[in-house]
Amino acid sequence: METGFLPRAGLQTLLDTLLDAGYRCIGPQLRDGAIVYDALAHAEQLPRGARDHQAPGSYRIETTDSSRHFTWANGPQALKPFLFAPRETLWRAERRDDHTIHFVETLNTSTPLAVIGARACDLAALRLQDQHFLEGLNADPFYRARRKNLFIVAVHCSHPADTCFCASTGDGPRAEQGFDIALGELDDGYLVQSGSDHGAAIVAKLNLSSATEAQLNQVGKEIEAAAKSQTRNLPSRNLREALFANLSHPRWEQVAERCLSCGNCTSVCPTCFCHSERDDAALGGENSEHVREWDSCFTQGHSYIHGVTLRDDTHKRYRQWLTHKLGSWHDQYGRSGCVGCGRCIAWCPVGIDITEEAGAICAGERHD
Amino acid sequence: MADKPGIAVHKFASCDGCQLTFLDMGDDLLALSRMVDIVHFVEAGPVNPEAEVDIAFVEGSISTPDDLQRIQSIREHSRFLVTIGACATAGGLQALRNFVDAGEWVSAIYAKPEYIHSLSTSTPIAAHVKVDLELWGCPVDRRQVLAAIRDLLSGVIPAFEQDKVCMECKREQAVCVMVTRGLPCMGPVTRTGCGALCPRFERDCYACFGPSENANAESLARRFEGLGLMPEAVARRFHFITSGAPPFTETGARRREQSDE
Repeated sequence: METGFLPRAGLQTLLDTLLDAGYRCIGPQLRDGAIVYDALAHAEQLPRGARDHQAPGSYRIETTDSSRHFTWANGPQALKPFLFAPRETLWRAERRDDHTIHFVETLNTSTPLAVIGARACDLAALRLQDQHFLEGLNADPFYRARRKNLFIVAVHCSHPADTCFCASTGDGPRAEQGFDIALGELDDGYLVQSGSDHGAAIVAKLNLSSATEAQLNQVGKEIEAAAKSQTRNLPSRNLREALFANLSHPRWEQVAERCLSCGNCTSVCPTCFCHSERDDAALGGENSEHVREWDSCFTQGHSYIHGVTLRDDTHKRYRQWLTHKLGSWHDQYGRSGCVGCGRCIAWCPVGIDITEEAGAICAGERHD
Repeated sequence: MADKPGIAVHKFASCDGCQLTFLDMGDDLLALSRMVDIVHFVEAGPVNPEAEVDIAFVEGSISTPDDLQRIQSIREHSRFLVTIGACATAGGLQALRNFVDAGEWVSAIYAKPEYIHSLSTSTPIAAHVKVDLELWGCPVDRRQVLAAIRDLLSGVIPAFEQDKVCMECKREQAVCVMVTRGLPCMGPVTRTGCGALCPRFERDCYACFGPSENANAESLARRFEGLGLMPEAVARRFHFITSGAPPFTETGARRREQSDE
């Protein structure tokens, strides 16, 4: 497929084309000290020259004089909140005057949504969420409705953060699958590549000139440099056996002393999918809503079964998270659940580093 | 009227803010008044402290010798006793006197200290009588109060929220104030229920809902030190509105000792 060139001013044309095609657009913006997704109508709303400095437990934005819009790695959100809603009502029950109970469907038709700025790690995570929510025995209709209407404009990552390790998990920094359009950012514009029929239809309306060899080389060089600049890594082998061979490793206790079991890591993790459900009844009992919301293996309720909390302390909860994410995920989904985005490292209030913990537990002598 | 459940709202040492949560319920207050008889609620009008009720809501901490007697009587006349707010549930802000010589404070503050008949401590209701349900917060959350009434009157065990504020903060897609700005946010050890109100308005949680389940206060205190807080400042984070609740009591006390050394 041919790669076109879109001058920077043409970014607004891309947005207008998507809006004209009926998409609601959201894109990265600088808010509350972070890059977050918000409604996007004008290219000027995008961050300009923003660099994210990420470290364990720390995230800071610096604004440089670069004219580029995507000189950052990521913010706390991936694509997850737009498909797997943090909270939603799955059905409503109503008591009628004749004392019968009626169940009311709450699945609304979802409007087409275009997300600008997804990264390769986000696309890899999306692939895993699709597996979980769509490809099992019981596909989730809420996720499916939104997924069907999702249009993704990915951007190859040229500025990974210190917390990134997608090169070691094989998920980035180049966006290679799962996008409708992929952009490679240059100082004066973007290389544009379509990845789907929907994407090609939008690109066709942009009247792009062909990318030059020099432009292609420049984007390729920056992606390669982005991979090389990453200093963290997860061992590339399947860690399943090593983790389950070390269930009594002293490291679990050590990490539990620091871990707040606050669930920030699982909330920002683009692949974590755990949720809880409950019923919110009206005061008079005339109706109730069955609500699903994000849960975490770090909460007490997550392992509560018939009067017993199976994982009553942090040591067991952290071990559950890591052995599932990097271990038994292989059994369920054929790969590790980590895509190397580094969010769990930066957004952990006490800066626990998954690569460090996995490295410590899987290296050296066994503690089974 | 007689077949409607009876509800009482009692006040002990407190600011009345939790009682105002009842009065501020809007349409729900009208629905509530149709469902129940509010037989004792001084701030709203009805006075009948000795009436037998299905649910007694208790605001405030036990702070005077008279309180000690009155709470026993309330317990005897109530089917369910529900504490509302940080004072009734953890002793409140006034429990800070538990760490000092309260008598000294009284004589330093009042011109005629002989008129003050306070206990030397401020303690939660559960330290004196059996409490069926504790609702945290300063003030309590209206949604939680309504849910408690609904559940108790329907004969089901009330939902019990005890996760960390962080869970709610992330569901609300708020940006973490500790990670982006280094603020000493108490969210990672504080019980949810407020809807992550403070972090959503870019300020750090000050733990008015008290400790969450499995709260690692020591680790968070160490993190605050890493952010540059002196031991006294760390102690103040834990010894504030819910200083009477473990493990905040202990973690704050340890930092205060370090500060005094």
